[in-house]
Amino acid sequence: MNAQASMSDFILQVEHLSMKFGGLVAIGDLSFQAKRGEITALIGPNGAGKTTVFNCITGFYKPTEGMITLNKRDGSTFLLERLPNHEIPARANVARTFQNIRLFSGMTLLENLLVAQHNKLMKASGYTFLGLFGFPSYRQASAESIELARHWLEKADLVDRADDPAGDLPYGAQRRLEIARAMCTGPELLCLDEPAAGLNPKESAALNELLMGIKGTGTSILLIEHDMSVVMQISDHVVVLEYGRKISDGNPASVRTDPRVIAAYLGVDDEEVQEVLTEVGDEDVIEQLDTGPDAAHGPGNSASMMAGPVSDSVEHANEGERVTVSKGASKAAQVDARANSTKSKPAPKSSTAKPRGGRK
Amino acid sequence: MAATVSSGRDAVATPIQRAFREAFYAGAISLGLFVLFIGLRTDQNITNELILVQRWLLLAIVVIAVTVGRFLYVAYAVPAMERSKAEKAATPAVVAEPGFIKQNFNRIGLVILLLYPIAMVLLFGFQGSLKWVDNFGIQILIYVMLAWGLNIVVGLAGLLDLGYVAFYAVGAYAYALLGTHFGLSFWILLPAAGCMAAFWGVMLGFPVLRLRGDYLAIVTLAFGEIIRLVLINWREVTNGSAGISGIPKVSFFGLISFNVSDPNYIAKVLHIAQSGAYYKIFLYYLALGLCLLTAFVTIRLRRLPVGRAWEALREDEIACRSLGINTTTTKLTAFATGAMFGGFAGSFFAARQGFVSPESFVFLESAIILAIVVLGGMGSLGGIAVAALVMIGGTEILRELDFLKAVFGPDFTPELYRMLLFGMAMVIVMLWKPRGFVGSREPTAFLKERRAVSASFTKEGHG
Repeated sequence: MNAQASMSDFILQVEHLSMKFGGLVAIGDLSFQAKRGEITALIGPNGAGKTTVFNCITGFYKPTEGMITLNKRDGSTFLLERLPNHEIPARANVARTFQNIRLFSGMTLLENLLVAQHNKLMKASGYTFLGLFGFPSYRQASAESIELARHWLEKADLVDRADDPAGDLPYGAQRRLEIARAMCTGPELLCLDEPAAGLNPKESAALNELLMGIKGTGTSILLIEHDMSVVMQISDHVVVLEYGRKISDGNPASVRTDPRVIAAYLGVDDEEVQEVLTEVGDEDVIEQLDTGPDAAHGPGNSASMMAGPVSDSVEHANEGERVTVSKGASKAAQVDARANSTKSKPAPKSSTAKPRGGRK
Repeated sequence: MAATVSSGRDAVATPIQRAFREAFYAGAISLGLFVLFIGLRTDQNITNELILVQRWLLLAIVVIAVTVGRFLYVAYAVPAMERSKAEKAATPAVVAEPGFIKQNFNRIGLVILLLYPIAMVLLFGFQGSLKWVDNFGIQILIYVMLAWGLNIVVGLAGLLDLGYVAFYAVGAYAYALLGTHFGLSFWILLPAAGCMAAFWGVMLGFPVLRLRGDYLAIVTLAFGEIIRLVLINWREVTNGSAGISGIPKVSFFGLISFNVSDPNYIAKVLHIAQSGAYYKIFLYYLALGLCLLTAFVTIRLRRLPVGRAWEALREDEIACRSLGINTTTTKLTAFATGAMFGGFAGSFFAARQGFVSPESFVFLESAIILAIVVLGGMGSLGGIAVAALVMIGGTEILRELDFLKAVFGPDFTPELYRMLLFGMAMVIVMLWKPRGFVGSREPTAFLKERRAVSASFTKEGHG
């Protein structure tokens, strides 16, 4: 990795980020960087904790541990985990979209984009007082904001429907509108949570074009995506999560061939798992998982933040928040286990395994 | 077929046959229901004994009315409605140009409101117009102003406030206390009362910021009750339930007074005959002015970023935060602005009555104001004004319906049925127009053309 790159090359630095919900570890010790002007994709299977990372970055969650640094173009630096929720878009210029689209459905497209320019217009309207009496400075700012909105409506190919309610738009157009709305806040970092979800190939291509256009304006993009065609085509850098941990990090080509990523996405054949388990011995596999980083807080078998089934999947030991992983939950860990087991095969088993207190 | 109560098995029967059968059933059900309600009545005789009065004739009239009504409805009204519906479906929908009244609704309404007292004086004379200007005109305008103020909190920001009457009370008591003790003029106390009410709006806003929906409604309800109970129990200041009387009258900016004893009494200044109607007419125009101020500020605020933020907050609070909107201050400004207009209305109310007591600020008032906002269509000023006219004017006019005594007997008092009719009217309006009289929303900005947003897209807000 670009360890030599200076700090300001990175727009976003996530260091040792952990997010725990009670006993559940949604993100465990995650570190990655996003370079300025690039599209960084955050991928991983369902429940890997991608959206939790987003919620930490945009202030909807306060992370349990770790540091999120944002370096703005003008040299100022913000520690996002310390900023209140609404100041992250306002001061640190981080904008986001949501996995389940959150538009102001009863307001027109134009109004949606004007709401996004709230802070700028608030200042121009003298915190309402000047605007109430119709001062020309506010009128000018208002006209400018409509021009900016028109610009982004054109980019998103929605200008014909500017005066329709946002709730009336088809799904794909709503996704584009949400991105346009986020862009109207004038962000330096744009966080997109599954922008291509539910889009048909044509809409997906239009989205790619929009995102490349945004990248061209110098805005860095952090992207959560399932659609591999989008990820591979447009992203410059890919971070892969599984069970709240980073399993791979690099350019799209290298990530694509990483066996751990393949295993995480496609899964290891059941037969292979069987093979591995019999080779190493069942308990050893669990041992391997436990000797990974931060063994005391191993990932749960579901990283979903939804409360219901989580408590079932998490075993609470007496000392508090120790979490166990169900056998073979992490596919990437199985790949590691297999790699280790093949390495250790010629040697006697005891040489790699931890001393077991003479039980065997 | 679906419009009738009976099931599909009689789909083959002709309307007349079915009508006979349903009329019979309806008659039987009404007989069963009303035999005890109407047929028998308990009463006291001259020796204070409880006796049973039998009213079979009245029962027969009611049952026959129900039977005939059901017959006519099923036999003629339902087929006619279905026919007209089919005709309407057959003819292609023509985009009707909105009529003259609809296009110039605001202008016509304003002209009527401006000419209303003059018309009343011409029709009934100065003394006769008092009732129409005061009981109808001013009363309705106060509720219009209150409802427009609450509309900012409930209709725009989507925060359900059941304790709005508290701000009305704060405004009224602010004027009553400061006016009687310090002799300050209405024109100084009006903004002061607004500011105090706004201050209490913020006071209420702080603790309820994290609450949403039902919880918010309950806390605001409690707040309204707290204010009322303080007014009742803080006797040294508020004079308890006895209230404050002798509140000074409003003057025309100190130039013209409405006190007969003053040297600048209106009749002396203008050399006209003495009459109490001048003051009422003046108050009417004052109320109208305050209403127009409320409307003007609301319309302006909606086009300002703060107004858009209120509406965005109603639509989606999380999205608001993701766009850098400080939801705390946005909610507080909504509470404060709404409360301020409540305070204006309150001080006007105190000036008009000349007397305030905690009885004027019970929960029912909050409920009526909220009902007006909901019936009018949340967020729509025109709809709310119409709703206030229908609800307040309607209940007031019940006092005038003396001819009903001829129908129902001399001991029938229509006023007592006010709340019943109020409730019935609300149910009917909600069935007929679930989003209020004006369900659509006027956008605050447009690129090419201003098109109303259908109510099916707007949200009511969650807190």
